[in-house]
This record gives sequence, structure tokens and C-alpha cells, in this order.
Amino acid sequence: MKVWISSKEKKPMGLDQSPNARHSLQSRIPKNCHHWTLTRSEFPAVASSSKTAVNRRPNPRRPPTAYCCREISRLAPPNSPPDPASLVVAIPDSQTRPGARTLEEIQKKVTMGLVDSSGDLSGEMEVDAFRRLFPLRYYERHLAESIRPDGRTLGMARDTTLALGAVSSADGSALTKIGSTTMLAAIKMEVMTPSAESPDEGCIAIEFHMPPICSPIVRPGRPAEAAVVESKRLSDTILRYGRMESLDVQPRTIWLVFCSSGMINLKELALVSGKAAWMAYLDIYCLDADGALFDAALLSAVAAFSHLQIPVVSLNDKGKIVAFTEEGDTVGKLEKEAVNKEKRKLTLGNIPFSLTCALHKKHILADPSSEEESIMETLVTVVMDSSDRLVSFYKPGGALAYTSLVTDCVRLTRQRMKELEKILDEAFSGMEVD
Amino acid sequence: METDRKDGRTPNQLRPLKCSRNILHRAHGSASWSQGETKVLAAVYGPKAGTKKNEDPEKACIEVIWKPKTGQIGKAEKECEMIMKKTIQSICLLTINPNTTTSVIVQVVNDDGALLPCAINAACAALVDAGIPLKHLAVAICCCVAEEGSVVLDPTNVIEFVFGQQMRGFAYLVFPNSALSALPEGSYLVNGEPLEHGIITSVTHGVMSVDEYLKCVDRGRAACAKLSGFLRNSLQKSQFPSDTSSKAA
Repeated sequence: MKVWISSKEKKPMGLDQSPNARHSLQSRIPKNCHHWTLTRSEFPAVASSSKTAVNRRPNPRRPPTAYCCREISRLAPPNSPPDPASLVVAIPDSQTRPGARTLEEIQKKVTMGLVDSSGDLSGEMEVDAFRRLFPLRYYERHLAESIRPDGRTLGMARDTTLALGAVSSADGSALTKIGSTTMLAAIKMEVMTPSAESPDEGCIAIEFHMPPICSPIVRPGRPAEAAVVESKRLSDTILRYGRMESLDVQPRTIWLVFCSSGMINLKELALVSGKAAWMAYLDIYCLDADGALFDAALLSAVAAFSHLQIPVVSLNDKGKIVAFTEEGDTVGKLEKEAVNKEKRKLTLGNIPFSLTCALHKKHILADPSSEEESIMETLVTVVMDSSDRLVSFYKPGGALAYTSLVTDCVRLTRQRMKELEKILDEAFSGMEVD
Repeated sequence: METDRKDGRTPNQLRPLKCSRNILHRAHGSASWSQGETKVLAAVYGPKAGTKKNEDPEKACIEVIWKPKTGQIGKAEKECEMIMKKTIQSICLLTINPNTTTSVIVQVVNDDGALLPCAINAACAALVDAGIPLKHLAVAICCCVAEEGSVVLDPTNVIEFVFGQQMRGFAYLVFPNSALSALPEGSYLVNGEPLEHGIITSVTHGVMSVDEYLKCVDRGRAACAKLSGFLRNSLQKSQFPSDTSSKAA
């Protein structure tokens, strides 16, 4: 394609060095780009708000003050570079968190450090931008003071809450929150015929779902890889722990049979030997994925099983199990009803509790958030039960772990187990009052 | 000492090991590893250009595909893939070839116990055969805990009875291989412990006490030292296909 250039415009625009062209180039830059030169009259909207904000020059030695986002957009003129003196510092609950003052000092040091450090960073970077661009360095500055950006110490887990009976249509349900990570567990019971190898045992099917609501990485249609793995690990911990059957897919002989002191005794789910048994479907939905998914999922599963009320059933004339009705028009064997009326709740054996830790050089961070998990490559999950036995020490790859690290993680898990047992007891005592 | 193990091994004895390199000619690297009856074949293709979605383009990406002997791919296979991927990522030097993908394909030929450690060993030998840059090798072992707390190495699939006790739990452990160097011992210590004492990967099933787990780790380290000697010998053999198989009892 030919471009006709007139004799006047032989050179492309913008690269002309003649004085006329330079002036035209400069005139294209809006005047308010340099906030050094603006005056109050040029910004009528801003002039009406606080005087000090507009006239303030960025002063790196000034301590950062906390403003909310909306205030900043109102006070600062548009198109100006960010003013580091008025940066946003979000400290949740800063008055009650331990080390709140240390946190502010660290944030101060981060901005000051930017000014003093080598010339690869411009001195006017906000803390937020530094956190996004250099997450590892941001975290290391905090770890040097043994504190984390959200104000927790290294061994502290996030606030945990538990709500039982969240789903009224399910036979047992629980909603768990560890920090922002939210899990909803629900159990539905169905009657089925037990297999020939174990006529006195019921069955539990555990499924872990990660719907797209939980994380920006998960898209609809394709199940997240993490969901499949967590599902398997949960069923391993709750079911195979304490009892190992012949493994799925391939028909193998039962190869290792462990002592059956697991959490759930499948024999409790039997109804009529060889003919009817309970099948429990446990579905766990991740509503918000913010790190430590396995911990929250295991806690919600345990709570749902504790909350479970097995529906009452009776045997009708044809030998089929039907739901028990109060009127008594279905002819039911009295023995059957009596048996089922007593066993409405599952007796749980040793309950497993877990703690995920992130490892970074010599620091162990308990209960990492998703930001910490993405930066630190090494994660360890320790599951222990209430009789102080190790159910699982799960460390898939990552940096090398020595014996001292194993003992430290186990110690942190024991502490966490005490906290979780208290939370579980409180939730149940609250429920029984109702 | 009286042993009740079906094949007459002592609790500390491993099954006969066999490792062959360069068995598949189209793959960039391949190896087969067998421990007794368990046999796994691993092939490595790579590095290929481009990384998968959601992976960091500044590092090399490792992809593991696990093919079971029979049946469809289910959750157990996905979990094995994830564990192997993370293990291999921690031994590879990922910054040398950024924005590339290396695929490791694992085919289970026969499963008679300790399948995942066998697969990790095979994958490591295949990576060496392909010439992928590694920090150190990964050596894997399976340790079993009996009722009374004694530790048994490398169990098979059948119900194991040692001294008349049943097995209570088992652990798959992966350690780095032991270093052989001309330098004095002191230079390889990290916090007073040699490098090969660190655990790369650990997966446990069943219940055991913390002390029993630490005993497993100790026994596993000793066994892995022997395994890494065997691995070094077999990988140092010549390149010719006829000469690449080596056997160790």
C-alpha cells in the first residue's frame, strides 16, 4: 500500500527535532502530569476538600498514615504518580492482633528500605506494589522479625469457626471457616445392599468439589487437579486410616490389613446382615479457597459426621427398607424399629486433626494462606488423632526436611489439635442445648 | 533370627533390584526399574517448547503421566502423578531451560507392592538417561511398621507377617542420593546433618506413633544409601543397549 506523503510532512510526527515540533510534542502531555506544578485552581473538585492533601509533597521520611481507598481517589488529583506518603495499609483488627505495632514498623521499614536500597527500585513504590512484584522479599522482611503480613506469629493458625446443621435437607452437615477458607460438608444417607465380601458393613463415599466460586484459577467444566487429589487424600484419612480394604480399580488381594481403630467403624452402618446397609455420601464443597484446604475439609467432614442423624427406617412386608412413618400404617417389625431408634448417631473413634505448614529456609509457617502457599514451594501436612498417633505425614516434594523439622511440625500440630478439639466441643455443646 | 516373611527375607533386606537404561529408542530418555516382582517403565520426552496453562513461564515445567497396568485412570493415579511431579520438580534445576515442558511417562508393568517408590526410582534413572539437569538423584523406599513397632523394609503385596505380627502402616520415603566426593566430609553438612538425610517426599498410610515414624525415616536413610550405590553403579555402565542392564541382589 502506498502512502502519499505531502512535501510539507516528510518526516514522521513526533520525531522531529525542530523547535516547532518539540513544542507541539510537549503540548500533547497534559499539564497535570507533574503534580509539582499544579495549583488548587486547576482542580475545582479537589479544592473543596482538605487543603493539606493537595499541597503535600511526597516525603519519604514521613511515617505512612492509613487512609481508605476512596479517600485517596478523592484527595489525589487524577493522572499524578502515586503519593507514597498516603499509602494504603490494611491491618485487620490492628488493635487486638499481637505485634500490630511491629507490623506498622515493618511497613515503614519497607517504604524506607525502598528509598535506601540499590537503584533498581524507584523510591516511590507503594507497599502494595512491592508486595505484588517482589512477594518473596516482602515476606522475608517480615519473617526476619518473626511475624507475618497479616499480623500472625509464625506458629499461629487463623481464626477457626464451625457451624453445624448448615444444610437442613441433609442428614448431617457443617460449615467450617479457617480464616477465609470456607468449606461446606453435607452427608446424605441411602440404603443399599452390601457386598458379598463384607455383608455386615456399610459404605461411605467421599467427594471433594471445587466449584468455580472458590478461586479464580478454577474454571467451569474442568475439575481442578487439586480437587481430585484432595478427594483421595480425604478418603484415605477418614476411611482407609485404620482399615485398609482391597484397593480400587484393580482386583487385588487384600494386602495389608491394619488394626481397625479408625474414626468410623463401618459395621455401625449395617441394617440387615447381607441384605441392607447404609451408604453415606459425603460431599464437601469448597466455597472459598484461601490456603490450607485439606485442614478445613477434614474439620468439616469430622463435624458433619458428628452431627449426623441416621434416619429411622422400618422393614415393610416385602422385606424392603422404607422410611419410618409415625402413623404406623406401614407394618413394621418392632425389633427393626427399636434397633434403628437406638443407633441414630455414629460413635466416632479417634478423631483426626490436621495442620498444614509451609517451609521456607529455616522458618515454619503454620496454616498458610493461598498467597503464602503460592510463594513457598514446600508444604507439609501432618494429621494426628486424639490418641497422639501420627495418621499421616504428607510432604510431596519441595526443600529437604531434616529430623528437627519433623519434630517441630508435629509439635505445632499437637498445639493446633488442642485448639480444634475445644472448638469442636463448643460447637457440640451449643447444638445439644437446642 | 526367625523370619516369617514369605520370601524368607530379613526385615532389613530389599528385594532383588534390576535397572536398565535406554530401552525405548524414540524416547529421549528411558529406564526400567524392578524390585522383585514390581516393575515400572519410565520414559522422558523433553524439554519441549512452551509451558502449560497456570504454570510459571520463568521456570521449566514437569509433566507426569501415570499409566496403570489395567483399568481407567482414576483418583489414585492422579494423586501419584501429583506426588511424582512435585518430587521431580524439587530435584530438577528448573531455571536452566525456562518456558519448557519435560514429560515423564510412567507405565506400570507389574504391581507387587511399593509401586510409587519403584516409579520414582525409574523416573530418576530415565531423567539421567535423557540428560535433564538435576541437582541430585532421588532414591525412594517403602518402610512398613509392624504391630509391635518394628520396621520392615520393602514389603510385597501379600499379607505380611513378621514375627507373627501384622502390619500397621507404611511410609513411602524419598531421599537424595549419597554424595561421593574427594572433599572431606565436613563440607557437605547442612546444620550438622549430611545432605542425604533430608526427606524430599514422605507419604504415609495407616497409623503409627511419631517415634515409629522417625525409626522408619532412619531405616529408610540407611537403605537409600545402599540403593544410591546401586543406582550409581548401574548408571555408570556403558551406553550400548546390550550392556546397560545390571543386577544386584
